[in-house]
Amino acid sequence: MNKVIKIENQFRVIRVALSIAIALAIAFLIISFVSNDPLFTMYNFIIGPFTSINRIGNIIEVMTPLLFTAVGVCIMYSANQINMASEGAFFLGGVATAYIAVTYSIPAGLHPVVAILAGGIVGAFICGIPALMYVKFKALPVVSSLMINYVCLYLGLFIINYIIRDPEAGYMASYKFIKTAVLPDLFSRTNVHFGLIIGLAIVFIGYLYLMKSKWGYSIRMIGKNPNFAKYSGINVPAVIIGCQLLGGFIAGIGGAVEQLGMYTRFQYQKLPGHGFDGVMIAILARYNPKYVPLAAFFLAYIRVGADVMARTSDVPVEIVSIIQAVIIIFVASERFLEGWKLKKIVKSTKEAFVEEEDNAVKEA
Amino acid sequence: MNNVKDEYILSMENITKIYGNGFMANKNVNLRVKKGEIHALIGENGAGKSTLMKVLFGQEQPEEGKIIYKGKEVKITNPLVALDHGIGMVHQHFMLAPSLTVAENMVLGIEPKNKGFFDYAEAVRLTSEVSKKYNLPIDPNAKVKDLPVGYKQRVEILKILLRGVDVLILDEPTAVLTPQETDELFVQLRELRKQGYTIIFISHKLKEVKSLCDNLTVLRNGRVTGIASVADLSEQDISRLMVGRDVSLTIEKDSPKTKKTVLKVRNLTYKNSDNKALVSNVSFSIREGEILGIAGVEGNGQREISALITGLEEKQSGDIYLFDEEISSQSIRKLREKGVSHISEDRMTFGTVADASVEENLISDRFYKKEFNKNGLLDAKKIADLSNKLIKEYLVKCDSKNAEIKTLSGGNIQKVVAAREFSANPKLIIANQPTRGIDVGASEFIRKKLISLRDKGSAVLLISADLTEVITVSDSLLVMNEGKIVAYFDDTNDLTEETVGEYMLGIKHQTAEEIGGCCYE
Ligand SMILES: Nc1ncnc2c1ncn2[C@@H]1O[C@H](COP(=O)(O)OP(=O)(O)OP(=O)(O)O)[C@@H](O)[C@H]1O
Ligand SMILES: [Mg+2]
Repeated sequence: MNKVIKIENQFRVIRVALSIAIALAIAFLIISFVSNDPLFTMYNFIIGPFTSINRIGNIIEVMTPLLFTAVGVCIMYSANQINMASEGAFFLGGVATAYIAVTYSIPAGLHPVVAILAGGIVGAFICGIPALMYVKFKALPVVSSLMINYVCLYLGLFIINYIIRDPEAGYMASYKFIKTAVLPDLFSRTNVHFGLIIGLAIVFIGYLYLMKSKWGYSIRMIGKNPNFAKYSGINVPAVIIGCQLLGGFIAGIGGAVEQLGMYTRFQYQKLPGHGFDGVMIAILARYNPKYVPLAAFFLAYIRVGADVMARTSDVPVEIVSIIQAVIIIFVASERFLEGWKLKKIVKSTKEAFVEEEDNAVKEA
Repeated sequence: MNNVKDEYILSMENITKIYGNGFMANKNVNLRVKKGEIHALIGENGAGKSTLMKVLFGQEQPEEGKIIYKGKEVKITNPLVALDHGIGMVHQHFMLAPSLTVAENMVLGIEPKNKGFFDYAEAVRLTSEVSKKYNLPIDPNAKVKDLPVGYKQRVEILKILLRGVDVLILDEPTAVLTPQETDELFVQLRELRKQGYTIIFISHKLKEVKSLCDNLTVLRNGRVTGIASVADLSEQDISRLMVGRDVSLTIEKDSPKTKKTVLKVRNLTYKNSDNKALVSNVSFSIREGEILGIAGVEGNGQREISALITGLEEKQSGDIYLFDEEISSQSIRKLREKGVSHISEDRMTFGTVADASVEENLISDRFYKKEFNKNGLLDAKKIADLSNKLIKEYLVKCDSKNAEIKTLSGGNIQKVVAAREFSANPKLIIANQPTRGIDVGASEFIRKKLISLRDKGSAVLLISADLTEVITVSDSLLVMNEGKIVAYFDDTNDLTEETVGEYMLGIKHQTAEEIGGCCYE
C-alpha cells in the first residue's frame, strides 16, 4: 500500500504543476491575441515579478492579508459553514483598528496590540452574526453573510466619512494613524511589514488548531457529519458558532494588520476583496492551513505579474482573472488526471498480486 | 453445449476489480446465474460481494473480465445501462434523497410529467400501485428522512420493482427487515421467481439462504471458494464455507448475576410532530450484569427509546434515571462520561463519518479527554496505539487506521462502531441492531462481547429485529407493539420465537401486572 501512497503524492504535485502550466498556456494564447509583442508581455507577466527587490516585496505585501482571511475561511469551512462574511470582517476590522489608531494615544508597544485586538473582536462579531442566525433560525450563512458584507461596508464608510474623516487629506480618508500604532517594516527597500510575521504565525497556529487539536477535530467532524458529532457527544451548535467567531476574529486581525502595516490612513472606499480571495485560497489549500502560504503566494504572484504586465505592455490587468479562474478550476477538480492515476495504481497492484501468486506457487 | 450456456441468463467471467487505493476486492471471480433462480452470494464481511454486484450494476468498472448477459457480452458502463438491460440493484446502504418524500424518491429519474411539469399526484399513484402489488405498504407522502431504516429499505426495493427489471440484485435486503417483513418479502421473491425473474441475493443469514435460494456462490478474500446447490448443504456447511472454520450458531452463557439497578425508565411517552405517540407509557429497569432485550417489529418505538435514553432526542414526558439520577436534561457528552454507550441502528447517519478515517471514527467519544491530549494538541501516538489495538481486537478489515470509513465493507464499518462503543468502559450499553449486516463469524464475536461485558457488570439494552438473536442473547425480554410494552419475560430460556412473534404482532397481550415485572427500584 505504500506504493499507492507514493503514487497519490506524485499525482498531487503533477496535478498542480500541470494545472498551472495549462493555465499559463491559455494565458499565453490570450495574450498573443491582444498583444503586439506576446513574448515580451509574457516575460513581464511570468518573470517580471522577480526582477526587482521591490516587486518581490510587492508579492509578499499582496500575500500578507490573504494569509489571515484564508486561515479564517479554512476553519469556518471545515465545519461546512459557508460563511462569506470574512470580507466584511476584514473591512470593518480595519475600520475599528483605524478608529483606535487615530483617536487614542497609547504607548508604542501596546498601541498596535490594542488596535489589532479591536479589529479581531469586531471581525469575530461580524462572522458570528450569520453563525448565530443559522443556529437560532436556520438561516443559511451563505446568504446572510453576503448581506452582512454590505452592512459592514456602509457602516464602515459612515464611520470613516463622518466620524474620523480628515478634511485636510484631500480625499475620503481617515486621519493619519498615530505613529505609535503603525507596524514596522521588515526590510528597508520594500513595504513588507511586521504583519507578515503575524500572518505566518497565524498560519502555523491555525494549522495546529485545525488539524492537530481536539477543537479542530470537533470542527472537522461536524463539517463531515453533524449527526455523528452530536451522537458522539460534541456540542454542535457551540462549535459551529465558536469556529465562525474564530474565523471572523482572524479575518478581523487581517484587516487590522493590513491597515497598520500598509497604510498611513484608512482610505478604502469599497470592499477590498481579500475576504473573497481568502475563500479561493482556502479551497486551493483544501482547507488545510498548511498549504495556505503557498496558495496565497501563488495568487499574489500572478496578481503582481499582471500588474507588471499591465504597466509595461499593452495587455490589461483583467487578464489575470481569466488565468486565476482556469487554475482554480483545474486544481480544485479532483477528477482531473484521475484516470491516469488509477491506471498506475491498478498496474502496481496487479504486479504485486502476480508476484504474490508466484510466491504461493513456489512455496506449494 | 449450447444448451448449457443458454441456461445462464448471466455470467460474470474472470472479474478482477482493483479500487483506487490499490485494494484488489475481486480476484478472477466467476459468477453464473441461471434464469429464474434465486442465487445466493455469500461470504464474510469484506469478501467482495457488494463490489462484485456494483460491477454488475455498472457502478464500478472491472479491471479485467467480462459480463455475458442473455447470451451476449455487454459493457455496463453505468447504472443507467444496467437498468436498460433490466438489471436492478438495491444497495446495502441507502441511496435515497432524505429530504424528499417517498413518492418523489420512487420516481427519481423517471418522473411522470403532466404538461411538462412534474406530476406529483401521478408519482403518488404509481407508488401506491407498486406498494399494493407487492404487498409492501408505505406512505407515499412521508419524508424519507423520517422513516425508520426498515422502511427506507422498503422504498429502495419498491423503487427497483417500479423500474421493471429481469434481474434483481438485493444486497443484504433483510438486514434491516423484521422477521415478518422478511417473510413477506420472501413470499414476494418466490412469486417473482415463479414469474421468471432472476434474483441475486446477498445475506449473512444462513437460514434465509437455506429457505430461499437455489444455488450459491461463496466469496472469501475476493475469490470464489465455493459453488454449490443449496439443497446439498446444511447451515453449518455453509458457514464453514464462508468463514473457513466452524462457527457456533448457538450461544453459551452463564445465568446472569445481577446487582444494582442501572437504568430506570418510567412512564416514557414520546409523540412525533403529528402528535402520534411513538412511545407510550413505557417503563422498565435494567440491572448490572443483565441483558434486557427488546423484540418488536421495527418502527414500534425502539428507535425513539434508544434515542431518548442516549440524549439524541429531547424527552417530552416521563423519567429516565441512571443510577437514581434523572438524566434526560444532560448533554450527550455527560451521558457518555457517565458510562452510556450507544450503537445506533443507522450506522451511516449516526455511527460513523464516511469521509473520515477509521482512527477518527474510533476516538469521537473520547478525543477531548486528558489522556489523549498533550501540550494542547491531540496525542497522536496514544491515539494511534488505541486505534491499532481496537482494529486488531475487533478484527476490522481495513488498509490501515488511516483508511476512510467509506472504503470499508458494511460489516467492517459496524465493527468500527462496536469497537468504539464497547471499549468505552460502558456501564450501560444501548445496542440497537448491533449485528445488522455482520457475517456469522463477526456476529458471534459481537454477541460474545456483549455477554462478556455483561459478565463484567455492564447493563445492556439489546434492541434487535433478529428474533433468534434477541432471544438467545438476552436474559430477559420485552416485546413492543405500537410504542407500548405488550409483554415481559423474565427468563428467555424456554421462550420460542413463535410466542414472541404473537406478541410482536399484537395478537396477544399480557396484563399490566405481568408487564410490571420489569420495573425494579
Ligand atoms: N471505494 C472503495 N475503495 C477502497 N476499498 C474499498 C472500496 N469499497 C470497498 N472496498 C474494500 O473492498 C473490500 C470488499 O468490500 P465489499 O463492500 O465488496 O465487501 P462485502 O463482501 O460486501 O462485505 P459486507 O458483508 O461487509 O458488506 C473491503 O475490504 C473493502 O474495504
Ligand atoms: Mg456488502
